[in-house]
Amino acid sequence: MNAKVLLLCLLPFEATAQGFAGLGTSAEGFAVPKPNPAFDFPADHGAHPEYRIEWWYLTANLTAGDGTPYGLQWTLFRSALAPEAGEGWTAPQLWMGHAAVTTPDEHFVTERLARGGIGQAGVTAEPFEAWIDDWSLQGDWQTLQMNATGPDFGYDMTLSAEGPLVFHGDNGFSVKSAQGQASYYYSQPFFSITGTLQLPAGDVQVTGNAWLDREWSSQPLSDDQTGWDWFSLSFDDGNKLMGFRLQQTDGNNYTSATWITPDGKTTAFPDGAFQATPLETHTTAGRDIPVRWQVQLPDKDIDVTVSAINPDAFMTTTVPYWEGPVTVTGSHDGIGYLEMTGYE
Amino acid sequence: MTGVTLQALLSHWWRNPLQLFTLLAGLALATALWSGVQAVNAEARASYDAAAATLGEGQFDRLQRRDGQPMDQQAFIDLRRAGWLVSPVVQGRFNGVRIIGIDLLTAPGSIGPVDLTGDVAIDAFLTGEGQLFANPEAAAQLPDLNVRISPETAPNTAVTDIGVAQRLLGKEGQIDSLIIAPNQPIGRPDLADIAPQLIRQQAQGGSDIGRLTDSFHLNLTAFGLLSFAVGIFIVNGAIGLAFEQRRPVVRTLRALGLPLRRLILLMGAELMLFALVAGAIGVALGYVIAALLLPDVAATLRGLYGADVAGNLQLRPVWWLSGLAIALGGTAIAASGALYGLSKMPLLAAAQPRALAMAAGRRAMIQGILAAMLIALSIVLMFTADGLIGGFALLGSLLIGAALALPLILDRVLAGASLTAKSVSAQWFWADTRQQLPGLSLALMALLLAMAANIGVSTMVSSFRLTFIDFLDQRLASELYVSTENASQTADLLAFAAPRVDEILPIQNADTEVAGQPTQVFGADDNRTYRENWTFLQSTADPWDTTFAGDSIVINEQLARRSALSISDTVTLQDTTFTIAGIYGDYGNPIGQAVISEAQFQRLYPDIAPTRFGLRMDPDAVADFVAAMEAEAGIPASQTINQAGIKAISLQVFERTFTVTTALNILTLAVAGFAILMSLLTLATMRIPQLAPAWAVGMTRRKLGQLELLRAVLLAVLTAIVALPLGLALAWALLAVVNVAAFGWKLPMFLFPFDYARLGLFALFAAALAAAWPAIRLSRTPPADLLKVFSNER
Repeated sequence: MNAKVLLLCLLPFEATAQGFAGLGTSAEGFAVPKPNPAFDFPADHGAHPEYRIEWWYLTANLTAGDGTPYGLQWTLFRSALAPEAGEGWTAPQLWMGHAAVTTPDEHFVTERLARGGIGQAGVTAEPFEAWIDDWSLQGDWQTLQMNATGPDFGYDMTLSAEGPLVFHGDNGFSVKSAQGQASYYYSQPFFSITGTLQLPAGDVQVTGNAWLDREWSSQPLSDDQTGWDWFSLSFDDGNKLMGFRLQQTDGNNYTSATWITPDGKTTAFPDGAFQATPLETHTTAGRDIPVRWQVQLPDKDIDVTVSAINPDAFMTTTVPYWEGPVTVTGSHDGIGYLEMTGYE
Repeated sequence: MTGVTLQALLSHWWRNPLQLFTLLAGLALATALWSGVQAVNAEARASYDAAAATLGEGQFDRLQRRDGQPMDQQAFIDLRRAGWLVSPVVQGRFNGVRIIGIDLLTAPGSIGPVDLTGDVAIDAFLTGEGQLFANPEAAAQLPDLNVRISPETAPNTAVTDIGVAQRLLGKEGQIDSLIIAPNQPIGRPDLADIAPQLIRQQAQGGSDIGRLTDSFHLNLTAFGLLSFAVGIFIVNGAIGLAFEQRRPVVRTLRALGLPLRRLILLMGAELMLFALVAGAIGVALGYVIAALLLPDVAATLRGLYGADVAGNLQLRPVWWLSGLAIALGGTAIAASGALYGLSKMPLLAAAQPRALAMAAGRRAMIQGILAAMLIALSIVLMFTADGLIGGFALLGSLLIGAALALPLILDRVLAGASLTAKSVSAQWFWADTRQQLPGLSLALMALLLAMAANIGVSTMVSSFRLTFIDFLDQRLASELYVSTENASQTADLLAFAAPRVDEILPIQNADTEVAGQPTQVFGADDNRTYRENWTFLQSTADPWDTTFAGDSIVINEQLARRSALSISDTVTLQDTTFTIAGIYGDYGNPIGQAVISEAQFQRLYPDIAPTRFGLRMDPDAVADFVAAMEAEAGIPASQTINQAGIKAISLQVFERTFTVTTALNILTLAVAGFAILMSLLTLATMRIPQLAPAWAVGMTRRKLGQLELLRAVLLAVLTAIVALPLGLALAWALLAVVNVAAFGWKLPMFLFPFDYARLGLFALFAAALAAAWPAIRLSRTPPADLLKVFSNER
């Protein structure tokens, strides 16, 4: 998965109610993901208002001409108050956009909120466009244009797909707990990306790789799960690894992983195969957050150290979390993105 | 020793309960008026602040359509999609309650007092179930709606989701204004490229309403202050008298070995205790006064300025504290002289009780010098004061100077009158009146201030009313006003109205700058409405001829004053130079305004088409016309404003204002009357030795009583004669100095002789009423008491 954040969530008190950001609340009235999904594209690139939550989540590892590494995030969350699209101000669909740029020593974050039904934010499948305010992600999934602005930064990027879509779990049915909570989850991890970062110090031309996650569900967490650590790693040999660890109140974890070969073939790993162990914590935004991890997937001989490029890449958004680029060393070298939630 | 001393000191009050009552009642009344007025002001201001916070008016810049009309909702989406972080607001009235619709998701920071982190169902708020937030009074006005009680919500206001507000107000798809978030993203396009129809309004330090209503609060504050001054005169009198009468006690205590220091401390403590008791009573009374006045004040403010003020009072701790502080401070001021005199008194000074009346000689001289200086200062200020502080200094020096001068003036008048007296009894009457003057002077000063304040404030309010109604006639000359939404509706209106009305006056204006001041420029067609209705403060011989010919411009007073422009000066609009042909009064408008001919307007601002029209017609035909227009031309009545309706509302507002003013007038007069009563009562016992000889030579007690009454009325008449010019000077200072400094326009002053005569009668009545009881008591003094004067050396 990359369960990522969620919205519901405008209400801080809900963050403590059930799981993280209300993700453990019951799915009453909403559609629930079923095994053996049959995806229908491009329709499924669009919104699924009958499900409670959904996101279009893009992260990118970038490099400037001088070799400086950058991280970039563009995310659009949808959260439904009722399982219908609706129109006008009464539409029960809420939208939240997060954008960030991470440099080795700075982290720029901004957030947008919008109502559905009035045209301020939304996602259309054909032609594909996901937008909130002036931010948008649009194109045919072979090529996408993407932009976002904040008070002190902005970016304008072009993405090109260099591989197929990748489906996690059982053909895109991604189980999140022993109780059977699940989501629909697929990715496009093969984007090459190029464009301009507008930063206070000036414009920077960058190139790199981007990873776009699509996920929707109505109750992705069980009510004893309080947060997660999610890794998307791209090794220098062309293989990729998506793995997550869901934290439970009993101190145990639920893990899941997908191994992705350079040509897009996937292997799903059940609970326990993937292991992630914190090695070092860092205090940022008043929280102790692990910024160096040992990540292991013995079945693929993976034993690597994952280190944050900027340990202060904390998202000071309505729902706060840590999200930033990482370097990978050890049995395999590479780069990637790390997301951590539930650290209070 | 301390206990015994206290007992000795307090026994005085035990023996003279009336004096104690005077002291406590005077202080309590003074505190009551002061704190009552402060309470009303504070409540109103708190209401404006809540309203400003609700709309973010104070903190955030806003976007509005140039013509002030609602904008299409699409403008909001267009701006957001261009990167402008704006948040929509829609507002209007429903069942008399101001409904404010906001979008929680885009609203910057925390606008609105609605706390959504509580047990609020956000989905119910957002998804159109119609949840509103309002305080209990406003909620009671909205019985059929899903209202949640939220006491912090601004008075008479309900906050709700924008979708709900649009539906309730019949404004689907419309937005009144957009709040601009303070932190905007980089690289936004210019406003003119996305939404040229919108203009940006700067955030206000305080709300617009707050500034407009300041004039009203200024009046109330002036009243409160004057009432307090009147009360302090009473207290000063009571304390002075008590100290004089306690001289023998003081002498005895001192002779028994009580240190002076402790004596003064004890007497000071005694007074502070009284001040606390009286202050507490006063604050409680003030609360009652405020609670009675507030509904009228609230109604006045709502009608006059559209400001919503809570109609019921909240008891705020700060009033208690400030009320008690003012009571303590007032007592300290009033008592300081008496305590100082006590500390300087020789140990065994004659214990002869001398009413302070008797010690007037040297004091009168100092008082005279002080009065002359203050009056001189006020004359200088009349010509030089041009700011608010100067204006208040003028008011203060004028009032205090006149009050101090009053006893001296009366003394001179009485001295003059005694020269004309033929009979012995007349001579005795004048001499005795003069003799009594120092003892009554404080009460008379109080009466003078009360009457002057009444004359001044009534003149100001009445002048304001006449001016404003005149102004409404001038500005709202057309019987009906219609706004149109677009060009096709404009065409429909013109086609429908042309054969049915006498005249159609298009109203079009452009927001621009003239001589460095933000100004609305209007284009006007040559029309009898302007020629007949508009009055100028200053103008050339034929201002409209030259203006309609396209050569000249007429401007409002605010613009003229702020840019120091006068007749025949020139101003430039878009490279075209106009000569100023007239300056007109424009009351209540915070910014500059100017009128040029329609032809010139069309040439200078070709893109602006009129969307408002004044229609001249038979006033009786208005209702039928509106109904026909709705049916035949499809222009709803909601787009029309009926001039008669506006005038009726305005008049209602002024009636409310008068209610408040009259109530305060009566209260201050009552305080002054009370002062006279108390002074006469306390003087009564001391006067026996002076009256006994008159009685002994054959003047009956009845006659003495009648003369006593006559004397009080005579003094009141003389005071009223002094009060009239003082009140007029006060009104002038309020209208011509304070108003100009505060708001940039001068109100013409009108005189209301009938009102003044009635006020004079009230004052005489109050004085006669106050003197009646002492006079009756005098006429019933047992002869034995009078005889004792001759047997008892005292």
